[in-house]
Amino acid sequence: MGKVIVVTSGKGGVGKTTSTAALGAALAQNGERVVVVDFDVGLRNLDLVMGAERRVVYDLVNVIQGEAKLTQALIRDKRLESLFLLPASQTRDKDNLTTEGVDRVITELKRVFDWVICDSPAGIERGATLAMRHADMAVVVTNPEVSSVRDSDRIIGLLDSKTLKAERGERMEKHLMLTRYDSARADRGDMLKVDDVLEILSIPLVGIIPESSDVLRASNMGAPVTLADARCAPAMAYFEAARRLRGEQLPITIPGDKRGIFGKIFGRKAA
Amino acid sequence: MTKVLTDARSIRIKGRSFLALVLSPDLPLDDWLVRLDDLASRSAGFFLDRPVVLDVTGLAIDKVQLKELFEQLAERNVRIMGIEGARPSMLGPGMPPAMKGGKPAADIEVKEREAACEEPESVDTAPVELPQVRAITQSLVINEPVRSGQSIIFPEGDVTIVGSVASGAEVIAGGSIHVYGALRGRAMAGTTGNSASRIFCRKLEAELVAIDGIYKMIEDMSPALVGQPVQLWLDGDSIMASTII
Repeated sequence: MGKVIVVTSGKGGVGKTTSTAALGAALAQNGERVVVVDFDVGLRNLDLVMGAERRVVYDLVNVIQGEAKLTQALIRDKRLESLFLLPASQTRDKDNLTTEGVDRVITELKRVFDWVICDSPAGIERGATLAMRHADMAVVVTNPEVSSVRDSDRIIGLLDSKTLKAERGERMEKHLMLTRYDSARADRGDMLKVDDVLEILSIPLVGIIPESSDVLRASNMGAPVTLADARCAPAMAYFEAARRLRGEQLPITIPGDKRGIFGKIFGRKAA
Repeated sequence: MTKVLTDARSIRIKGRSFLALVLSPDLPLDDWLVRLDDLASRSAGFFLDRPVVLDVTGLAIDKVQLKELFEQLAERNVRIMGIEGARPSMLGPGMPPAMKGGKPAADIEVKEREAACEEPESVDTAPVELPQVRAITQSLVINEPVRSGQSIIFPEGDVTIVGSVASGAEVIAGGSIHVYGALRGRAMAGTTGNSASRIFCRKLEAELVAIDGIYKMIEDMSPALVGQPVQLWLDGDSIMASTII
């Protein structure tokens, strides 16, 4: 049985879709079978970031409504043969997502794939609660700023109450993914520091993704950043996060700190 | 260090509980109304000046039927202050508000003016007894952080939280509130009129604190207390605060 991960945040625009694609590609590069599922019915984006927007024929809503088979809706990635996408519908209403339908689809996917990664829509409405409902673990994507942190806190509360795991009295495994982190700005006090966010959210960190133009460039190219340029700083951070999700114990590095001694000396002299 | 944080003109917001009569109609409503009339004829003025809550839990009626029921009750001088167990679709403007969270109390018996009726009456009723004020002895312990959007409501006594209370979360306790972490949301202690209640926290960053209805925003507090371990208590109508080690 595969593991179901929900990538969620509450707030929009913090990097859920980017992180879903990057983690999916990172996990699939090891040969594990991965499917990324877009739950953002009506505002789908994962197909763009995965570069599969012209290959969508059937979608999640078609499968739930019984208009297509799951195998017809799954799109195999052109670069990684163990990576698949289940797109959301752009034209249908999100009310077409039913609890039973989602339950059926996820159960089927779990049988075939090692990882089922659900890209949650922003907000706390139906789409978001259905995306998290069947998850075994959650990746909470947060930017280092107060509104994102508070929304993440709200989502963590929902993960602990509105999911199948919570209803069965089990604990949902939750991981914090801090995205768009810029240590220089955090040092200047323009951004929350890692410790501040951890102190407020009190869930373990799975990765810190540095703010980088590589991420946007990859998205515009239609490739997960971990496929576009595996050597760039955000890709490396996503690879490490994927290893932690597999259960490896790795020390967390704060990107930017490695830039090291020179930066610090110059920084001080300039000040 | 002790600081007076409130001026004398604070606004009091209090919780108070009243004992209300609860009527639970059953179908068909006409029969039920006949029985109600029967009860009223035996105990004149029973419903006068009494708050009545209509419990429609599990009752298969729609909005129109509910409105008719209100009219029928109004004709009998029964004033409905709230509705329990109604679906949102059954309610609308001009109707009493929905009520929830009611606690059961003893059945009320109707004092009969006439000689006792032989048949047992299906409506349980009688002299409204004031609920006894119970000593607060209970406590609730929460072992995880209270997240934004969550509220912990415990009118029965003290609340202890081993963790933080997030911005946008609230804790409402009949007794004292203890937070072994940062208090960033709202804390309302002594809401059932217990002015001896206190609020304790490891780190005060609260959006709002209140004790027995007297409230205070963090902006009105001394900056020296913010971020510190603090206890808050009530002295007359003023919230007092001091750091604790």
